[in-house]
Amino acid sequence: MTNEKIKEYISTYAPNVIYDETGEWLNLILEATEWQKLASVIKEPPIQMDFLFCLTCVDWKTHLTMVYHLSSTKHRQNIVIKVNLAIDQPIINTVSAIWRTAEFHEREVFEMFGVDFINHPDLRKLILEDDFKGYPLRKDFEDPINMIKL
Amino acid sequence: MELKENITGNEKFPGIIHETPGGGIVVSTFDSVINWARSNSLWPLSFATSCCGIEMMSTASAKYDFSRFGFEVARASPRQADVIIIAGTIVNKMAPVLKRLYDQMADPKYVIAMGACAISGGPFFYNTYSVVKGADHIIPVDVYIPGCPPRPEALLHAMISLQEKIKMGMTREQIRTEFKTP
Repeated sequence: MTNEKIKEYISTYAPNVIYDETGEWLNLILEATEWQKLASVIKEPPIQMDFLFCLTCVDWKTHLTMVYHLSSTKHRQNIVIKVNLAIDQPIINTVSAIWRTAEFHEREVFEMFGVDFINHPDLRKLILEDDFKGYPLRKDFEDPINMIKL
Repeated sequence: MELKENITGNEKFPGIIHETPGGGIVVSTFDSVINWARSNSLWPLSFATSCCGIEMMSTASAKYDFSRFGFEVARASPRQADVIIIAGTIVNKMAPVLKRLYDQMADPKYVIAMGACAISGGPFFYNTYSVVKGADHIIPVDVYIPGCPPRPEALLHAMISLQEKIKMGMTREQIRTEFKTP
């Protein structure tokens, strides 16, 4: 399945998606509300992206970007989904019901970046202590003990 | 033995020998004899949290062999260990474990902080939310070894320095607990 065919198919469901093919894989930049609808479409045939192999977040200081790397074990093809979120109120729907592996990854993004995943079955901190304050992987995070300024 | 002589200068039993017919009498103090005995039998705890542990294992193995200096055998239980070598990064979640291990060791107990992570949180992990910035935030440290990781020679040097420290009398922490005013 070529990138063109994927783009064509996705455009019928979400016409406002921005495509970026400068990298190795096809990137889809879309809105949080669109992602909610599109995720289950991408999982099913004909695109059949059945393997979520990376779920992470990027702090750009002005906004956060959720990044999903998806792979199709049938077509041997990868795509990347990018969803921009507001930094002061990052909310996005969970994909843990679609790709089960997202449950733990979203918990990690939740503790590291403070992204709130709606409808997540068990949104607790994954590794950090329950009473940990702040989001360590945000650019503005400061460690209160022995901070070394460079 | 050269290394040891470099640090110590002498290897004599503490005390003075009074020659008498048919033998001799050693005049000494209990403290110095006990410290001499303690310093020559320091069993380390098998405790390593990262790459410094590999150097520690190397120091224990045939080529460097810290058994030569009285660090006879690494014990798997803190109850049987005299010295804990903090070999590696201590993260916040490891800190209570380290504290418990130290508390479980029988007195007299000694601590060596090996490598940059154990001293100050490490060359890579500064400003990290998960790392303790120096093991001495948790337990008192007797000897520090810089390096990333320190060579086995450096660890041997530190271990022999610890022995010298013990021979010179009580460690700072021991004095503190011994003469603690309630």
